[in-house]
Amino acid sequence: MISAQVVVVGGGPGGYAAAFLAADLGLKTALVDPEVNPGGVCVYRGCIPSKALLHVAKLVAEARHAKAWGIAFAEPAIDLTKLRAFKDQVVGRLTNGTGLLAKSRKVQYLQGFASLDDAHSLRVKLVAGGEETVQFEHAIVATGSVPAVPASLRLDDARVMDSTSALNLPDIPKSLLVVGGGYIGLELGSVYATLGSAVTVVEMTPGLLPGADRDLVDVLAKGIGKIMKAVLLNTRVVQMKAAPEGIRVTFDAGAGTRDEVFDRVLVAVGRRPNASVPGLDKTRVRLDERGFIVVDEQMRTAEPSIFAIGDVVGEPMLAHKASHEGRVAVEVIAGSKAAFAPLAIPAVVFTDPELAWAGLTEAQAQAAGRTVTVAKFPWAASGRAITLDRVDGLTKLVIDPTTERILGVGLVGSGAGELIAEGVVAIEMGASASDLKLSIHPHPTLTETLMEAAEVFFGQATHVYKPKRT
Amino acid sequence: MADFTLPELGENITAGDVLNVLVKVGDTVARDQAVLELETDKATIEVPSSLSGKVTAIKVKAGDKVQVGQAILSFEDNGASASPAPAKVAPVAAAPSQPPPPPETAAPAERVRPAVEKDNVVDISRGTRPAQPPAPASTPASSGPSAPAAPSVRRMARELGVNIDEVAGTGDDGRISIDDVKAHAKRLITTAAAGGTAPHPAGEPLPDFSRWGAIERQPMRGIRKKTAEHLGASWATIPLVTQYDSADITGFEEIRKRHAAQGEKTAAPLTVTTLAVKIVAAALRQFPQFNVSIDMAAGEIVVKKYVHVGVAVDTDRGLLVPVVRDADTKSLMQVSEEVAALAEKARSRKLSLEEMQGGTFSISNLGGIGGTSFTPLVNAPEVAILGISRARMEPVFRDGQFSPRLMLPLSLSYDHRAIDGADGARFLRWVAGVFEQPFLLSLQG
Repeated sequence: MISAQVVVVGGGPGGYAAAFLAADLGLKTALVDPEVNPGGVCVYRGCIPSKALLHVAKLVAEARHAKAWGIAFAEPAIDLTKLRAFKDQVVGRLTNGTGLLAKSRKVQYLQGFASLDDAHSLRVKLVAGGEETVQFEHAIVATGSVPAVPASLRLDDARVMDSTSALNLPDIPKSLLVVGGGYIGLELGSVYATLGSAVTVVEMTPGLLPGADRDLVDVLAKGIGKIMKAVLLNTRVVQMKAAPEGIRVTFDAGAGTRDEVFDRVLVAVGRRPNASVPGLDKTRVRLDERGFIVVDEQMRTAEPSIFAIGDVVGEPMLAHKASHEGRVAVEVIAGSKAAFAPLAIPAVVFTDPELAWAGLTEAQAQAAGRTVTVAKFPWAASGRAITLDRVDGLTKLVIDPTTERILGVGLVGSGAGELIAEGVVAIEMGASASDLKLSIHPHPTLTETLMEAAEVFFGQATHVYKPKRT
Repeated sequence: MADFTLPELGENITAGDVLNVLVKVGDTVARDQAVLELETDKATIEVPSSLSGKVTAIKVKAGDKVQVGQAILSFEDNGASASPAPAKVAPVAAAPSQPPPPPETAAPAERVRPAVEKDNVVDISRGTRPAQPPAPASTPASSGPSAPAAPSVRRMARELGVNIDEVAGTGDDGRISIDDVKAHAKRLITTAAAGGTAPHPAGEPLPDFSRWGAIERQPMRGIRKKTAEHLGASWATIPLVTQYDSADITGFEEIRKRHAAQGEKTAAPLTVTTLAVKIVAAALRQFPQFNVSIDMAAGEIVVKKYVHVGVAVDTDRGLLVPVVRDADTKSLMQVSEEVAALAEKARSRKLSLEEMQGGTFSISNLGGIGGTSFTPLVNAPEVAILGISRARMEPVFRDGQFSPRLMLPLSLSYDHRAIDGADGARFLRWVAGVFEQPFLLSLQG
């Protein structure tokens, strides 16, 4: 039997961040996860492997684009085995790293599946065989989420993939249907499209990436439109049937149905919380109607000894949100009055171009009836964007007109995912448009677009002539 | 009925895709108000109306492709519309255009940008525009951005139990620093203490005592909690002065011993405490300014026409103060019996609340335990208290030589708001004098 002050169930980016901090604070800590090393969905079959593949896709796309600059490469020869090996090596390196970090911190790592006996003890069915009991003062449930597959899209056929199997790159199908116009579908669809598949994206709602501001999505949609065979909006998949020649999919776009056959289908319509820890019902932990564990802003469940963090407690299901929540939970356990109270959680879509936002969106401001001023800087006016031949970008600031505080930042364009971090710091620090304007940004870089967007707010942008009325 | 048609937008732009229609039928549109978000080959722009009035029809929808000159909106014909101005603009990145005039619904705090006519230019900047009215079921508009404080400062406020939105920032634009949060917390604590009625502050954050050894936390129960609250309030509100004196009780001690020798005949012993009750009762008649309470709120002094003397009793549950009523009208023997009875009730937990209320002055005698002198704390809303320590033999110079006398240390604490120092000295000397010659009491009646 092991006794621990903190046991973390789930070794994803939320769980291992929590376990590591607990150990750093001198608490006796155990971490339970079925994988060999900490990492979770993010490192094993999510953020990390998809980014490795997207990097490759970007290189291929740029090589093709180079023709416009007088540099012509032959079409790439793709060795899937080697590409998979590269991706696996990336995952291996990172997970070995987290494993080593756990060991150096003396976090007791239990490879297995946890089930709760009561509010102070759990059992781990070890992958290596046998069972281990853990008596704990506090537990943190960080069991994450799993791909959601609605009944109408369930088909027991290897050609119908979810994000996990799609990341394994079984082959490069001639035709691929991506069901779902969210970030997972668009990212993986982009990889397959760049590697040579004819990709069709089907989305039920009128637009891609619900939640993001339309002006940003419009730029992204143009880029996506160039590499995809088709993007079907307002269209529902009614039925899928396995046929020898492929998967026969029935679409309904409102005016009758039509069929089309695809070599493969990727279902990426969302994720659902994974609160299926056996024995959770023996505690006072409560779930809401969508299956998320109910927690307060200190990440406490209704059971005083049990905390929960990450995808399993609610949207947005993002690794960096989970890590932050995990650290908050541990600080609370250690006696601090910490709470999860961010002003901005950045969201990034790693397509080409990338799309990123943080804080208040323009759409949210409108829905809330809040008066805001939006300042935009088009990348066509950025020297750096022009040198990259990537003027398909836009930087926008959502600003409170009274205090001139930056409430939200939206970006679309090459490298937007890196640029958004400055926006997060600006929002969290309570920066005003003047603060951004008065901070010298290096030239020539894309970061200048943030500074110049702030200048646009004052009608004084160097590279945009849009004077203010006086 | 007048139609607003898509104006000329700039060189070589003949059409665009409608992204958003920014008005609805029934809206009243001002001239230059943005009515359409349009995407052209070159830029995304907002198209301002060249007409004003009530919208009766919208002829395009999001996703439509519209040509220059195509009808977009119909207005009610009320003569207010201006003649459509032909307009043209350059693409957004180089557009010499102006932000729109402030919309009518804009917050008053917004800086005002008076409209300026500019010929032939359509205003395409987005500028400030009113948010669309919230859907009926939507949440009310947020009151504004959160407090301008860095995450580290917000965390510190949370640790101190301070609401960051209530902290006044001293930095530019009200930015809140760690020092601002600390100053606010300090102010909260001191104003709560001065206010008296506010819940007593917890004081400064406590260190983790267990770092230095084992501890046990016990709940503060009943009497202890009441005492803490009551004396905390007394301490915080009363400007307290203590004066010291001592009384030669050699004579009284002889009487006391003689009385005790025939003690079996009487129920209650004669003690320093019972004599003190009787002397103080007489003193309060002599010095009525000690038999009052202060009503600061009303600006009045409440003078009591009765004399009820409280006697502090040490019990295993803490300090209790039963009251001897009308002590000035009772004989020394009656007072002795009553004090003995009340003390017994206090120790056996039989004291009623009624028996502890209504005191006008208190006595605390620690002489049974020891000590040379102490500062008693006034039992508010009373204004004075007499402290008695242990009597002891001292060499006293009298009649030309030192002689051993039994001296009783006395201390009088009083509320300086009600009592002047000279009166305090007179009161205490008077009390000491009667201790020395108790027969004076019978002269007082």
